[in-house]
Amino acid sequence: MGAAVSSSPARPGGLWLAFSKNRLSWVGLALLAIIIIVAIFAPLIAPYDPLEQNIVARLEPPSAEFLLGTDSYGRDVLSRLIYGTRISLTVGFIAILIAMTIGSMIGILAGYVGGVFDQIVMGLLDVMLSFPTLLLGLMIAAMLGASLENLIIAIAITEIAPFARIARAPTISLKQRDFVEAGRALGFGPVRIMGVHILPNMISDVVVMSSLWMASAIRTEASLSFIGLGVPPPTPTWGSMIREGFENILDAWWLAVFPSLAILLTVLALNLLGDALRDAIDPKLRAE
Amino acid sequence: MQQNQETALDIRGLRTEFKVGGRWYPAVRDLSLDVAENETLAIVGESGSGKSVTALSILRLLPQAGARIGAGEVLFEGRDLTKLSEREMSSVRGNSIAMIFQEPMTSLNPTMTVGEQIAEAITIHRGASQADAMAEALRLLKEVKIPSADSRLHDYPHQFSGGMRQRVMIAMALACRPKVLLADEPTTALDVTIQAQVLMQLDELKEAYGMSVVFITHNLGVVAQIADRVAVMYAGEVVELATVDALFANPAHPYTVALLRTMPRADRATESLEPIPGSVPPVTAMPEGCAYASRCPLKQPSCEDKRPELLPFDGPGHQVRCPVRLEQTRG
Repeated sequence: MGAAVSSSPARPGGLWLAFSKNRLSWVGLALLAIIIIVAIFAPLIAPYDPLEQNIVARLEPPSAEFLLGTDSYGRDVLSRLIYGTRISLTVGFIAILIAMTIGSMIGILAGYVGGVFDQIVMGLLDVMLSFPTLLLGLMIAAMLGASLENLIIAIAITEIAPFARIARAPTISLKQRDFVEAGRALGFGPVRIMGVHILPNMISDVVVMSSLWMASAIRTEASLSFIGLGVPPPTPTWGSMIREGFENILDAWWLAVFPSLAILLTVLALNLLGDALRDAIDPKLRAE
Repeated sequence: MQQNQETALDIRGLRTEFKVGGRWYPAVRDLSLDVAENETLAIVGESGSGKSVTALSILRLLPQAGARIGAGEVLFEGRDLTKLSEREMSSVRGNSIAMIFQEPMTSLNPTMTVGEQIAEAITIHRGASQADAMAEALRLLKEVKIPSADSRLHDYPHQFSGGMRQRVMIAMALACRPKVLLADEPTTALDVTIQAQVLMQLDELKEAYGMSVVFITHNLGVVAQIADRVAVMYAGEVVELATVDALFANPAHPYTVALLRTMPRADRATESLEPIPGSVPPVTAMPEGCAYASRCPLKQPSCEDKRPELLPFDGPGHQVRCPVRLEQTRG
């Protein structure tokens, strides 16, 4: 992290150059673009209403009429998958945005104030980190009850600790830099120094990591939906689709396989993108 | 000449301590200095003599843990800066007392344009609007002679050279028209020609703004060029205080004499440069008597018994902390 900070964050051109040279980053970017387009234009792309039940066409295998088959209520799997993209991306994006904001604030504050305060805050976050993400999300979701908002809150809370850690490390090295000292000599208060002089110099580290953590948030969302703590039915989500498919896995393989593939591709896209961004801001990797 | 003028900043009996292994040791001891209005006071000394610590103590910018002002007062505009709250102190820093640092390459925020950085202090201390502050920033950039200031205003620090960045730092320090400017080795990181330009400019700006300047340096050549009065520091105390002419013509303290011999001069052969043997005693092992005794050619047995006091020497305002030299001139 220290190396990333000492590189020059003021040169986005160099970052883009390093990023665009990496071929896998283009694969990630293209995949993600497709997924986002699907989510935005879901009503135009989906061949059927995702909630429309059709008793006659129950558990139909993939065919020309139903490209990815139908589920036990006769709903079109492809249409549900397309609408599910919206939930997954929304939950992942908003949860990460919340976690990034709160986590960065905690991390900068702990790193800047230092001392006993830092130790207490980081100790508490270590306790949070010691729980597996899914278990922590499960506890919070069970406490709050199943709804879209609560799912987002639960996932956001589980991701705060890693963001605080990512924000704290560069803050500690930045607060000793000459321009922060110069800022204090100009009479700037701690809030201004943290917000105007430290945050912009480390935000790229945090943003880059956010795409990796968004993949994790989407996985958590699917897992919580799978065990029934996610968005309540009949709203289509990938996790709940897998669970329904899981019950019929021997008779209707398509129910579980396609949503699983959708999760796999989304997580893969975000990971490729995150890795490429992380490599691009690391000056040591950039030189190679 | 300066004696008749009003005192801008008055440091009395300052003692700044650092914590080493659980005990407090003074890095600056009994330091009393005053700077008159429109005066340039140079503080000279080698590394570890406490000159930067003095400047940081004035603005209370010492690290919060492991450093403290143990005693003394810093009088400025009728107030003792050591007694102010942190909030009151913030309204003094960068406003009526500003500071320039040694490293122009790293003292600017890489994510803000230089214009924004100069304007920042103006919006905070003067409550100016962003547009007014930017206009003032442009005026300051022109004042410190940045070529094509209009377009440079929106450039980032990495687009500037070292000398240009130091000028930007000076513009930032001048932004709120401070009464006192603390310059901590502002030209050390610059090459010699740029150094001369920046020094000349600082001198012009001092006149234009009517500031007092405390100029910290280890370079006696710079002192000769810019200072009115000089305080020579050794091991955390002032060992000699004199006008710049008196110091160069008639140095009193053996350390000052030795320091002058280490300075290359155009009218002497370079072979005559003499290093000072030994080193400054560490703060944790300050001797009872004179701190310079172990390196001093004039050392008498009595030097190691009692700490010498800063006493008047032969010229007006000339003071020295060396009983042996005082004895010699009187006898």
